[in-house]
Amino acid sequence: MSDITLKDMARKPDALICGARLCAGCDETIVARQVLKATRGPTIVTNATGCFEVSTTIFPYTSWEVPWIHCAFENVAAVASGVEATIKAMRKKKEGPLAKYPKVDVISFAGDGGTYDIGFQALSGAIERGHDFTYVLLDNEAYMNTGIQRSGGTPFGAATTTSPAGKVIHGKTETKKPIDEIIIAHGTPYVATINSAWPLDLMKKTRKAIEVDGPTFLHSLAPCSRGWRFPPEKTIEISRLATQTCVFPLFECVQEKGRPVYMLSAPSLAIAKKPESKKPVEVYLEQQGRFRHFFKPTRDEALLKELQESIDTRWQILCEKAGV
Amino acid sequence: MVAKQKMTGLNGDEASAYATKQVDPDVVAAYPITPQTIIVEKYSEYVADGLVGSEFVAVESEHSALSACVGASAAGARAFTATAANGLALMWEILFIAAGLRLPIVMAVANRCIGGPINIHNDHSDAMGARDTGWIQIFCENNQEVYDTSVEAWRIAEHPDVQMPVMVNFDGFTISHTMENVYIMEDADVKKFVGKRVYMMTEGTKGEAEYRLNPDCPLTIGPLDLQDFYFEHKVQQMEAMKGTLKAIKAVDKEFEKVTGRKLEYVYPYKMDDAEVAVIGMGSVMGTVREVVDELRTEGVKAGMIKLRLFRPFPVEEILKAIGKVPVLGVMEKAYSIGGPGAPLYMEVKTALYDQPKKPLVADYINGLGGKDTSPEMIRDIFKRLQAIKEKGAVAEPVSYIGVRE
Repeated sequence: MSDITLKDMARKPDALICGARLCAGCDETIVARQVLKATRGPTIVTNATGCFEVSTTIFPYTSWEVPWIHCAFENVAAVASGVEATIKAMRKKKEGPLAKYPKVDVISFAGDGGTYDIGFQALSGAIERGHDFTYVLLDNEAYMNTGIQRSGGTPFGAATTTSPAGKVIHGKTETKKPIDEIIIAHGTPYVATINSAWPLDLMKKTRKAIEVDGPTFLHSLAPCSRGWRFPPEKTIEISRLATQTCVFPLFECVQEKGRPVYMLSAPSLAIAKKPESKKPVEVYLEQQGRFRHFFKPTRDEALLKELQESIDTRWQILCEKAGV
Repeated sequence: MVAKQKMTGLNGDEASAYATKQVDPDVVAAYPITPQTIIVEKYSEYVADGLVGSEFVAVESEHSALSACVGASAAGARAFTATAANGLALMWEILFIAAGLRLPIVMAVANRCIGGPINIHNDHSDAMGARDTGWIQIFCENNQEVYDTSVEAWRIAEHPDVQMPVMVNFDGFTISHTMENVYIMEDADVKKFVGKRVYMMTEGTKGEAEYRLNPDCPLTIGPLDLQDFYFEHKVQQMEAMKGTLKAIKAVDKEFEKVTGRKLEYVYPYKMDDAEVAVIGMGSVMGTVREVVDELRTEGVKAGMIKLRLFRPFPVEEILKAIGKVPVLGVMEKAYSIGGPGAPLYMEVKTALYDQPKKPLVADYINGLGGKDTSPEMIRDIFKRLQAIKEKGAVAEPVSYIGVRE
């Protein structure tokens, strides 16, 4: 794998330039900008419908400096399949405008709605077919583009406009779909979680994903100031807390001889080695309005305990898989 | 000079697959559905035997089939798919997008009725549901037309004045699964006829650029297009569709030069002195022709108009074909529940409305869900048309043919 250094990355021109109309503090642009810093050459981007798509391409303006296509909400992986098949066909036939490049990389961006829910079938199909592309999930844990509705990626207890914290029901009653495990279960050659609070880790994983032949999946948490209800300047802090509390551990998973091999990334490995450094989930929750009902009007010990236990269990399972 | 051709037995699906094999598009993405399945099976064989350079993407749904074609076509590929009925319905969202993005995709549709109730047999309800999506729609009468149209569709779609997707329609089972003799061209002649895909030039962020996903000259394809520009873009699309008539005619002419076969939008038959006539599309028009011939021997001045091009709707040619006929029956295997008639009837009547002299028009919905439209039923239609002529009025504007009471 070619080396990725912060110095080089800082010098590399941006593929996603200024002018995007995402909200202040939106993590999606931060993640995407870092992902695009780590590309290795000619790249084509496919984008699902969502905040990221609408805000970066309001006609006649565009923030994109790489070839980019948006088709619909649920089909970003299918569109990528077509782009990738074109690259293959032109190279095989030795004719057509993409035949001249030794390599053209395909990157797909989609939100949690476009991944966990409506786009799940197309994603599963594209991975099963083995297309050589990198899928980047920008997970802000709800349908933010339509105004904060619950998705399969919304965590337990979070209040959204379709899972409100009411007098009887306190936020989302179901747990977050284990998307990484589902994608790993497909036999995906490379799956990793990424966090914009650790840019070098993010970019190194991105480059690795791009370099791996076949489908690869990068799952990024994308804190949303509007939907999670926190001040926009807190984005990176909240992103970092998600990993420090093991709500969103950082890891990689490759396939070796048909078996998934998990590796914890440095920030999470440090916690595994020094369990007392693991922060309690409430330091993550109390920063966000979507979890306010955990604390107000009264502190809901039972709810906090239930959530902490489920996080502890999932963390433990991951540590076991990673052999730490 | 007409190119060398040979005659071979092919069913409609095979004719579509064979023509596509000769074109050898870069990407074929499709999902099986009766009665189109033979196309994906045949094409998979061509790929497995190394007869084509195409990448075959065996997608997990029709929605993804057309989505993959959108990605492929935007990346500069020739992209092909095939479907029918509910498969076409599942693609519906992407039909608009493929056309709106002006991507010259070619799709075969082995026309089948849309469930429910579920039924695998022929009518045109699938294609009629797609009539306002921005696709060029051609309806074939027989397997030769399927072959010919499947070759020339690429030239139409990619014509500089068109740049739109083309849907090649042919009747499920009646054509798709029925073998006929078909004249086929040599591979090299097909390749020469379709040539290489040409790209349109457009305004990119770095100046003029070919309209495709080009790493050297990046374009943003499919941006958010709000109230500022959407209407303007839709008007461009609608106006461009009108303008395709000339281009289609030019491609038809070139095709005739190579094959000797004349392709038209509209085929009037014995219309010059006709007193009663029907207009319709698809395989049933072959039977109508037989009936017209029989009626002529019996002294009935019968005529017919076969419509091959439905989108764009060739108003002028249709009006010319209708001519002075006093009574016209519209035969169609489609419906518009709650509408004043079925789609073709509504459009023919709209085309006629501003004419100073126009025929009396009645709609005959027939053959839904694959029900056979027999020569006797067609004779019955002509009998009803004669009655209208005698009375000078249409008592029943829309009626169903061959339905149990």
